[in-house]
Amino acid sequence: MYSEKVMDHFSNPRNVGEIEDANAVGTVGNAKCGDIMKIYMKIENDIIVDIKFKTFGCGAAVATSSMATELVKGKSIDEALQLTNKAVVEALDGLPPAKLHCSVLAEEAIRAAIQDYYDKSGIEKKIECSGDCEHCHHTH
Amino acid sequence: MIYLDNAATTKMKDSVISAMLPYFTETFGNASSTYTSAGQAARRAMNEAREKIASLIGATARELYFTSGGSEADNWAIKGVALKNKDKGNHIITTTVEHHAVLHTCQFLEKQGFEVTYVPVDEFGMVSPEDIKNAITDKTILVSVMFANNEIGTINPIAEIGGICKEKGVYFHTDAVQATGAVEIDVEKMNIDLLSMSAHKFHGPKGVGALYIRKGVKIENLIHGGAQESGRRATTENVAGIIGMAQALSEACENMQEKTKKLVQMRDYIIDTVLREIPYTRLNGHREKRLPNNTSFCFRYIEGESLLLSLDMLGFVVSSGSACTSGSLDPSHVLLGIGLPHEIAHGSLRASLSEFNTKEEIDAFLKALPPIVQRLRDMSPLYEGVEGKE
Repeated sequence: MYSEKVMDHFSNPRNVGEIEDANAVGTVGNAKCGDIMKIYMKIENDIIVDIKFKTFGCGAAVATSSMATELVKGKSIDEALQLTNKAVVEALDGLPPAKLHCSVLAEEAIRAAIQDYYDKSGIEKKIECSGDCEHCHHTH
Repeated sequence: MIYLDNAATTKMKDSVISAMLPYFTETFGNASSTYTSAGQAARRAMNEAREKIASLIGATARELYFTSGGSEADNWAIKGVALKNKDKGNHIITTTVEHHAVLHTCQFLEKQGFEVTYVPVDEFGMVSPEDIKNAITDKTILVSVMFANNEIGTINPIAEIGGICKEKGVYFHTDAVQATGAVEIDVEKMNIDLLSMSAHKFHGPKGVGALYIRKGVKIENLIHGGAQESGRRATTENVAGIIGMAQALSEACENMQEKTKKLVQMRDYIIDTVLREIPYTRLNGHREKRLPNNTSFCFRYIEGESLLLSLDMLGFVVSSGSACTSGSLDPSHVLLGIGLPHEIAHGSLRASLSEFNTKEEIDAFLKALPPIVQRLRDMSPLYEGVEGKE
């Protein structure tokens, strides 16, 4: 059902954990629906110098979190905001249709963390949600 | 591979396969072609199988009808009774934790104008006979309550419910797919009017099951066509499958007490060890009144599919009632039916045994499970700050 890439990222997830002095934290999803992603970032000079995640969810949720953090690590905020769920899915060599919402959640988690950074740093920017909120259970 | 998903399906026994083989090649005749010797031999063997199976549930051969499996038997029992008795009433009673073969059939009938009462169960998944009694009205034509639950293993007070139905003059159907061959069944003593079973749950072949229909029960046909099964169920008989089913059930019922004792020991060993070794864990289902082969747990703060995948990578086959494995956004209706909140129901795991499982396999499983649960918890944002608080 899952690609080898998904299984690899599920069994050896990259960037799992917390960042104690994170200046950007975003949480999306909810326990009721069975998936929550929490992303921690350390942003310096608009660059994501470190990123970690914690995820409650299925194999695809863990793998998309892992891949999404890989894809934005070391990138600028603007580059990270360009990350689409499609790119995450492609990088994982695809996901079963029923699991596509997990990739949306990963994209949303990155955006939520960056929004948190904006809010904490007094930057008056609002990131528009590009995802399908019915899928990601993201409440604004 | 260590197979711990015997509630889903079981491995066929070699003896069952051997018993079936001649009916694919030598005795392949159509059991309904009464004028060919090949057909007659097949028919004889099939009728012996029918007698054998019937006797093992306290029924007579004429009351046992072969089907394609448990789902067909459930569909037939419920739709067949509903259609044939609609002049008497349009009310059906079942429970919230039935198999989908029963629930979806009842929902279908609701669309056709029938009324269905879904009686809730207690925290252990058990239905109260009193609740069934109170739900019966003068419009009730059928009560359908599962013998034992497929997810959490709880065994219902079937004889009591059967007694109530008899007293009230309402037909009583039980989906005994999980119970057949695992616990003693006597349709007479338990006042069961209709009973569904499926061969592949007790080391028989897939694609064959049976519906017991008590003599005199008014029921419409489901599959129309030829005159097979005394004119009640068309389709050329699955002779080899039927022979395999009889062989498998005979073996399952042989030394049942002894086998049950062994299974219960293994089951309780798993339950005790898991609850002792892994914190924030609950047992689903009744502690004693449960199938000898069923264990079902919820591990808090983690999700069932990732647990299942992790175990699968190590060669352990189990199942889960999480949303991600059910193909919907909701976790299992059974776990919600016993009152679990969604977030706990998502973290479920079922390990179900068979007589093929060994103590070594169970020990390997019990060794593998705790670190997997811990790894997933360490990855879970819900677990943050929880550790060490219990």
